[in-house]
Amino acid sequence: MSKFRKDEGKELPPISTASLPDIVFMLLFFFMVSTTMREVTLKVKMHLPEATELSKLEKKSLVSYIYIGEPLPMYQKAFGKAPRIQLNDQFAEVGDVQDYVIAEREARVEAERNAIVTSLKIDENTKMLIVNDVKQELRKSAALNINYSSRKRSER
Amino acid sequence: MSRKMPEIPSASLADIAFMLLIFFLVTTTMDVDSGLRRKLPQWAPEQNDENDINERNIFVVLVNKNNDLLVEGDYERIENLRERAKEFMENPYDAVDLPEKEPTEVPFFGEVMVTKGVISLRNDFDTQYGTYLAVQNELVAAINELRDELAMRKWGKPYESLETEQQDAVRVIYPQRISEAEPKGKI
Repeated sequence: MSKFRKDEGKELPPISTASLPDIVFMLLFFFMVSTTMREVTLKVKMHLPEATELSKLEKKSLVSYIYIGEPLPMYQKAFGKAPRIQLNDQFAEVGDVQDYVIAEREARVEAERNAIVTSLKIDENTKMLIVNDVKQELRKSAALNINYSSRKRSER
Repeated sequence: MSRKMPEIPSASLADIAFMLLIFFLVTTTMDVDSGLRRKLPQWAPEQNDENDINERNIFVVLVNKNNDLLVEGDYERIENLRERAKEFMENPYDAVDLPEKEPTEVPFFGEVMVTKGVISLRNDFDTQYGTYLAVQNELVAAINELRDELAMRKWGKPYESLETEQQDAVRVIYPQRISEAEPKGKI
């Protein structure tokens, strides 16, 4: 019995913090690896509309994005305030959409080309004229799976 | 040169690592892109196949440039659109002005009267995208609710948690037929 009572009365030794940097580094590497930096820099302002019937986009590698919205203030001098289309990193015209879709399709492996989804990230104040033009271009280039990107709204 | 180099203190290592960690924690966005999935029709120039659909089988939704809704000929608020669309697709009392039904053989259900209704959505060039999407959302929601109700009646669980074959059967009974007409400059 006396074996277990030996330390009584003594103070607890301080917990060693030598392994703390290792633990923190482990967490750090986890976040560094799992973070995906945004691939494109947005040049248009977007306030996405709200919807309830959302579905998630499962495979991110199969999604290509088209952004439509008012140019950011720093580009407004050159491009004006009218809503513009952004493909990749630059402003584009409606006529460029087909080339963009074809380039996106070429970048995927052949087996997955039918499953490509085009996600339309469109500001809610955009007029339908430009949206319709883009949709017609998508139809012409046979990119028929689309996704109207929107935020979750709580059910009324 | 026999003097020993003083050891670099490593006490601040943890602080530096913490700082980096907090930076990555803050900048990480684990956003999952979500939205309304739709399928565009095939590109076929100058197709006009809406003529052979009976008038009572079309649920016409018009959105004008002031974002007003015209449903089947009268003004409607967007809050009521879902109920109207559900009533149209379901046609519970076989009303003559609501769509016809056609007996169809469906697995799990046997012979069911399936509606021939089509929802036709047309918008103006100046309609706001936000309104357009809200209308689309209500129409999709109407069909999803009908499917859910049917799945609850038959199997006692929502449509999402059914087996694939069961979902296919429910989809046959309540098809998502939303046709988008070419927009006009003025409605």
